[in-house]
Amino acid sequence: MTQNSAESELDLRGVLCPLNFVHIKIKLEEMNSGDVLEVLLDDGEPMRNVPKSLKQEGHRILRVAPEDGHYRLLIQVAE
Amino acid sequence: MESSQSSMEGLKAELRKESRRLKLNFDELKSGGFIKQTQKDLFTVRLRCPGGRVTADKMRTAAAIADKYGRGEVHITVRQSVEVPYVNYIHFDAVAEELRAVNWSVASCGARVRVPTACAGCSYNPNGLVDTQGICAEVDRRYFGTPTGHHKFKMSFSGCPIDCFRTREMDLGFQGMVEPKLLEDLCNGCQLCVKGCEDKALRMEGDLPVRDDSLCVGCGDCVKVCPVDAMVVARRGWLARVGGRHGKHPLFAYEVANFLTDDQVYALIETTVDWYRHHGEGRERIGAVIGRIGLNTYLDDVVRPLGVEIVAQADQRRKYWAGGNLYDSK
Ligand code: SF4
Ligand code: SF4
Ligand code: SF4
Repeated sequence: MTQNSAESELDLRGVLCPLNFVHIKIKLEEMNSGDVLEVLLDDGEPMRNVPKSLKQEGHRILRVAPEDGHYRLLIQVAE
Repeated sequence: MESSQSSMEGLKAELRKESRRLKLNFDELKSGGFIKQTQKDLFTVRLRCPGGRVTADKMRTAAAIADKYGRGEVHITVRQSVEVPYVNYIHFDAVAEELRAVNWSVASCGARVRVPTACAGCSYNPNGLVDTQGICAEVDRRYFGTPTGHHKFKMSFSGCPIDCFRTREMDLGFQGMVEPKLLEDLCNGCQLCVKGCEDKALRMEGDLPVRDDSLCVGCGDCVKVCPVDAMVVARRGWLARVGGRHGKHPLFAYEVANFLTDDQVYALIETTVDWYRHHGEGRERIGAVIGRIGLNTYLDDVVRPLGVEIVAQADQRRKYWAGGNLYDSK
């Protein structure tokens, strides 16, 4: 596995806070530590809140890539 | 006849005993905390709950007092106290006894330093930057009940600039703040910090975030979001505000010092209460004193001598702007 190949994907465009974070949490719990989840997140509130909450729970954001009106995040499940 | 005479004597003796007992209590309870109600003979017993933190043990005592001497209910005040209403004054002694048993006492009222309030701060609130509960307990231990000679003196502690404990409305308010610093070598340019800063104090210059201190309120969100810990805390401390109040004619406090340590907070409280005692007239709150003789006098007399990081210029306060319906009395 390379850092940039995701085991799972979640498209959270249009999903509001904090529901977007809850979706991610549920997904991350199904995955193994070290796995990578790819997430599409809206700009604005979601980009302000979700990355902070993920860091608080010990997950790692490996990459943030801007796309058309949203962002693609690679999240590595906490050890 | 004779028996009624002797029972009258007995009653008088009982009353004398009772009043001696009550007098003793009134002395002991002079600091206030027993507040007269609308109803004859009934008082509200305000309990001392610094930072709104009360052990389960004390809560059980409050409940027992409410059951035995009140009406089986307590009131949670806006300043985080537990009050037991509808207590007849003849029970003061018994109430004080029950409180002593759990090492508790009533709060103060009148022209004194009141019980300080505080949020949960960094102990479990994700926004918290500082230990609000710790310092609140210590400030209560040191300064609770100190007479001011003029009017009440209220203090509060907020863990971050969201300021749930309204430090702007206090005679003295302290709010946690951090100064973020970028470790350029670690930064990957992801911009999450820029997105995370509600005050637009960060912008990208090339591949690196740059901070504008004239906009940064010290909330630490950029540090909390940075996935590689490239944005770190350079300094952490208390922002001090003075001269606020609510009431019929509210005043918003002035920011007067940045990044105070706990010891500097204690020093500022002591010198500020002293200054207020000397310069206040009648029942003025400290905000009115500052309005009358000028913020600069306060800064020169109290803040400068402490050698702390002073906030002396109006521009330094602009980033803490407030809006809404701010009346002008003139
Ligand atoms: S002031 Fe900040 S730390 Fe305190 S309760 Fe509010 S958000 Fe939490
Ligand atoms: S501390 Fe808060 S206001 Fe200052 S740059 Fe960071 S996020 Fe922005
Ligand atoms: S969040 Fe961290 S890594 Fe990303 S741009 Fe800001 S300082 Fe750099």
